[in-house]
Amino acid sequence: MAPSTGTAEARAAEPQGEAAHFERTVARDQRIEPRDWMPDAYRATMVRQIAQHAHSEIIGMQPEGVWITRAPSLRRKAILLAKVQDEAGHGLYLYSAAETLGADRSELTAKLISGRQKYSSIFNYPTLTFADVGVIGWLVDGAAICNQVPLCRSSYGPYARAMIRICKEESFHQRQGYELLMTLMRGTDAQREMVQDAVNRWWWPSLMMFGPPDADSTHTAQSMAWKIKRHTNDELRQRFVDMSVPQADALGVTLPDPDLRWNAERGHHDFGEIDWSELKRVISGDGPCNAERVAVRRAAHEDGAWVREAAAAHAAKQEAR
Amino acid sequence: MDKDWPLYEVFVRGKRGLNHVHVGSLRAPDDTMALRNARDLYTRRNEGVSIWVVPARDITASSPDEKDPFFAPSGDKVYRHPTFYDIPENVPHI
Amino acid sequence: MSFDNALGAIAEDNDEARWAFGTGFHDPLAGVDTAVPDGVDRGDLASYCLMLGDDALIMSHRLQEWCTHAPELEEEVALANVALDLLGQARLLLARAGVAEDAVEEARRGEDDLAFFRDAAEFRNVRLTEVPNGDFAHSIVRLLLFSTWRLALLDRLRASRDPVLAAIAAKGVKEVAYHRDHAALWTIRLGDGTDFSHARAQRAVDELWPLTGELFGVHDVERRMADAGVGVDPSGVRAEFDAVTSEVLATATLRAPEPEPPRLAGRSGDHTPALADLLAEMQSVARAHPGATW
Repeated sequence: MAPSTGTAEARAAEPQGEAAHFERTVARDQRIEPRDWMPDAYRATMVRQIAQHAHSEIIGMQPEGVWITRAPSLRRKAILLAKVQDEAGHGLYLYSAAETLGADRSELTAKLISGRQKYSSIFNYPTLTFADVGVIGWLVDGAAICNQVPLCRSSYGPYARAMIRICKEESFHQRQGYELLMTLMRGTDAQREMVQDAVNRWWWPSLMMFGPPDADSTHTAQSMAWKIKRHTNDELRQRFVDMSVPQADALGVTLPDPDLRWNAERGHHDFGEIDWSELKRVISGDGPCNAERVAVRRAAHEDGAWVREAAAAHAAKQEAR
Repeated sequence: MDKDWPLYEVFVRGKRGLNHVHVGSLRAPDDTMALRNARDLYTRRNEGVSIWVVPARDITASSPDEKDPFFAPSGDKVYRHPTFYDIPENVPHI
Repeated sequence: MSFDNALGAIAEDNDEARWAFGTGFHDPLAGVDTAVPDGVDRGDLASYCLMLGDDALIMSHRLQEWCTHAPELEEEVALANVALDLLGQARLLLARAGVAEDAVEEARRGEDDLAFFRDAAEFRNVRLTEVPNGDFAHSIVRLLLFSTWRLALLDRLRASRDPVLAAIAAKGVKEVAYHRDHAALWTIRLGDGTDFSHARAQRAVDELWPLTGELFGVHDVERRMADAGVGVDPSGVRAEFDAVTSEVLATATLRAPEPEPPRLAGRSGDHTPALADLLAEMQSVARAHPGATW
């Protein structure tokens, strides 16, 4: 077990009260659990972050999901179906974590389909060829892993535990993507071109997944203090670039950035300026697929209402009998 | 009538000799469907795994300082397992 | 393994216990003799495997179409599980068909050749699997009818003289029993839910029921395979199908139409236009890159 909170005398000397208890728990790298007292702003921040994350998993099923029925081999079909199914599962783990904070899944869904809550902007880009499935696995899931591994140590217990499950499964997602790309790169010229084209389209949006630069990030400082977040956006982005460059080399693809080069002095890769106006555009709802993604989710939710009602009505009848 | 399905807490015993461990929650219209959904979601339908589902409203809880145990995910389909994919040794960080 | 530190727990190496369900994966054909048994007609065995394999493949496709459209997220996961199981069965059966149809290994068609490079008329699935999805009730009732029938077939197929078919059936029985159960639970909830859901469920039964006659028509290949102790005569599972479906429908307060006379259609390659549409989508990428590996 972790060290206890110390002797009775030591405890008596510490500041008392719920707020102090909360601060101490976070400072000791222990987890905040659902029934603990927590600042309202902490709760609100956690709900927002977990809900956005859950929405991203659910909306993120769509770009790849449309390729399940068209997957060109049965093995790829099974892998892709399992992967997209995992994303539904991840969404559920996360909604489950959000519900421990008093949020209600149906309310969160209502916020998603009315555009009041956001999801990762990466899923507002279209998937144009089957190679996109591989590149999403490699780059998008790779970026997600960079973002998410530190969240396994997030100060909020249910979120951290959900992230552990999710990160394990994400590792399978990234590997299947990379393996698909390796297969395509060994294939025909047309297949290799598909891969390079997909890399060209997904590289920059993947870098944007880490959010705005630290200088412009409004939430980072408080989130770091509460240990909701463990690294800044720019730190994680740099880590992702440094990881991706040798992977791209091994694959034989070119990352579409003429400014990308090793900087021996920094011990990191330098890379070109990200088009932040594009990120802003996509976040604010003006990406290529924003309307479609939300419309699909809304239709599924609304078309399913009668099914959910039927099951609830049946349960009520059974209870009455 | 409340159209939202109630919340259930899910407890799983991953294998014989272990306790049931809380793994999360889900929503279901009734106990039977809750059990099925739990099996699909939290065990990916692994057989021989014992599952309990409890309506969240029926749980009486104590104080906050408890430490919830940790639970690891399943791997009933081979392609869910990272080592299924043959990635060369020289590719880092995959 | 330490239970108070989640991160520590995932970092522990070589600790099998940290995987709740282990890391071993079961190969359904492990230890099974894959040689075609003496005296079994290879052509008939191949055709028979295609029939059962195509049923699973096309049914799986229709369930895959639900992805991102399911009425609740829990059901998203459940339907994907069913689709994955059936896809797995299809792969084993198509691979077996490829082995059976050609004794020479190099010349054999693999599962992907058979899935992606046959035209609609060469598919042997029953029409019940190919008609387009309707609403959720339609898909649930279809799954009830299909899995009730398939479970009865697979249950008997476990005694097949072909050890591969027997092994595939043994694996499939567990899966399809789960599918049938899932469909039955939902049929009851929709039938005995709201007036609206009842009407939808009854409409689905009425629409799909005419396709059930085909489940009990006996194709020459099925007859010969049954006589040889390799396959199952589908006319023999009718009583089980009727008993199960009538019980579920009655519990669901739904009316079961009169039994349909047996007939042949999909088993002879006679399909609705919906199959060609389905295949045009399913085969589009594979056919755009002939000879490519994925």
